[in-house]
Amino acid sequence: MKVLVAVKRVIDYNVKVRVKPDNSGVDLANVKMAMNPFCEIAVEEAVRLKEKGVASEIVVVSIGPKAAQEQIRTALALGADRGIHVETDEEVQSLEAAKLLKAVVEKEEPKLVILGKQSIDSDNNQTGQMLAALTGMAQGTFASEVAVDGEKVNVTREVDGGLMTVSLNLPAVVTTDLRLNEPRYASLPNIMKAKKKPLDATTPADLGVEIAPRLETVKVEAPAARKAGIKVEDVAQLVDKLKNEAKVI
Amino acid sequence: MSILVFAEHDNSSLKQATLSVLAAAKEIGGDIDVLVAGENCGAVAEQAAKADGVNKVLVADNAAYGHNLGENLGELVAEAGKGYSHILAAAGTTGKDFMPRVAALLDVAQVSDIMGVVDADTFVRPIYAGNAIATVKSKDSTKVITVRPTAFDPVAGEGGSAAVENLDVVKDAGISSFVNEELAKSDRPDLASASIVISGGRGMQNGDNFKMLEQVADLLGAAVGASRAAVDAGFVPNDMQVGQTGKIVAPQLYVAVGISGAIQHLAGMGDSKVIVAINKDEEAPIFQVADYGLVADLFEAVPQLEEELKKVL
Repeated sequence: MKVLVAVKRVIDYNVKVRVKPDNSGVDLANVKMAMNPFCEIAVEEAVRLKEKGVASEIVVVSIGPKAAQEQIRTALALGADRGIHVETDEEVQSLEAAKLLKAVVEKEEPKLVILGKQSIDSDNNQTGQMLAALTGMAQGTFASEVAVDGEKVNVTREVDGGLMTVSLNLPAVVTTDLRLNEPRYASLPNIMKAKKKPLDATTPADLGVEIAPRLETVKVEAPAARKAGIKVEDVAQLVDKLKNEAKVI
Repeated sequence: MSILVFAEHDNSSLKQATLSVLAAAKEIGGDIDVLVAGENCGAVAEQAAKADGVNKVLVADNAAYGHNLGENLGELVAEAGKGYSHILAAAGTTGKDFMPRVAALLDVAQVSDIMGVVDADTFVRPIYAGNAIATVKSKDSTKVITVRPTAFDPVAGEGGSAAVENLDVVKDAGISSFVNEELAKSDRPDLASASIVISGGRGMQNGDNFKMLEQVADLLGAAVGASRAAVDAGFVPNDMQVGQTGKIVAPQLYVAVGISGAIQHLAGMGDSKVIVAINKDEEAPIFQVADYGLVADLFEAVPQLEEELKKVL
């Protein structure tokens, strides 16, 4: 079966972000970018499904500026078969991303679509669910285990109280949690081979989707800084401070 | 304006987080109705009717809603939510799962995990693991919103007397089904709403050592949390994870034991009132946010902490 994986180019997770002085957003100039960590897990899961003989082809899609092709090449180096780049320099919010992905799904007709559960920049946690709703597919969000069984897929989900397993009809959408797998590294030969794999470019207009953000960012600010406190000498002093100074115990 | 609040519950009792969502709804202003969807959830509806500020409770009682399946809840809430200006749910795993489905079905954007209300269209939410705070204005006619419960003081759960109405809408998409669940059993308070949380990280070295933290937690009536490192190493289950991708907590007291304080962990506990760090590495980033820091080996400090607490409590 065909598996579609969506990946996003985001600021590297180790970077300490800086808010722009004019409060218009976060400064992304000259900042290290990478594939969103949850998307890496999605690619890895698709590759494992292929290695198990469950998936026959892995198509990876990314929406964004020209530079997002780097992340598609990374996914190809990890084992995806071909890429689709939906090129746009506009801000794409979750609902528009879901509509673009729906157009790709209608063209490619995958049995399974795998996305990360959230991107670490906008922290929305929406796109997979919106795509599932728009396409009428079932959804297995926050997956820590995925087992395809004929025309169904069993997904174990990380929920507030523990774990929950659901059975979904295929085609379905799965979003990955951190515990789903440990992504592999791309080897140099695979990175070289990935350069020859097909990568088709398209645009939102080609897909018939209008990008019209519904949420306007009024301002972006740095969070209130927390003052560093004091170092205590020993446990007795700590307990004394908590009881008599902070009065929290 | 009229607001529909989705009640989070386990079919027998209303979750505390719902009372915080009601507080956010009050800040937006307008008539507030509560939707209770579940299976044999009459007791929850009665509780919701007593919550402060509730105008009306709508009950959708059907096997299709027994396990919070996102496909069924999404369709139900999208239908029941028509005509409301705002639809709100807690940003727990249930709300995060079905609310974007509601938004997509209504063809509107969703505002995730709000921590403040500016006005009926404008909300404050964290981005980049809480390292930036965005103020966003929604241009949609219906606002679909998930609420960070720790950012709003819960309304009173008693004293109200809202009418309870049955909602005769059965939405069973028939494309997904519940198989089973493994829920962690604990007598300690719920991590997300506990007033004291004590968390362990990689420094705990193994799962057995978490017993030391549990003993201190029991003295304090605290919940026990963990960093991602401790969860990934298999010391404790993932539902104990505090951080950007785990639970967001904001207790009165947060004690971080053997946790370095990565950006992703700070995103989950940075709004705690008082933070205590116990770590043997005095360069650990956690000390930059800790109100009280103790540079010590946790294997000596934690048992001492237990002894000292026994003296004063």
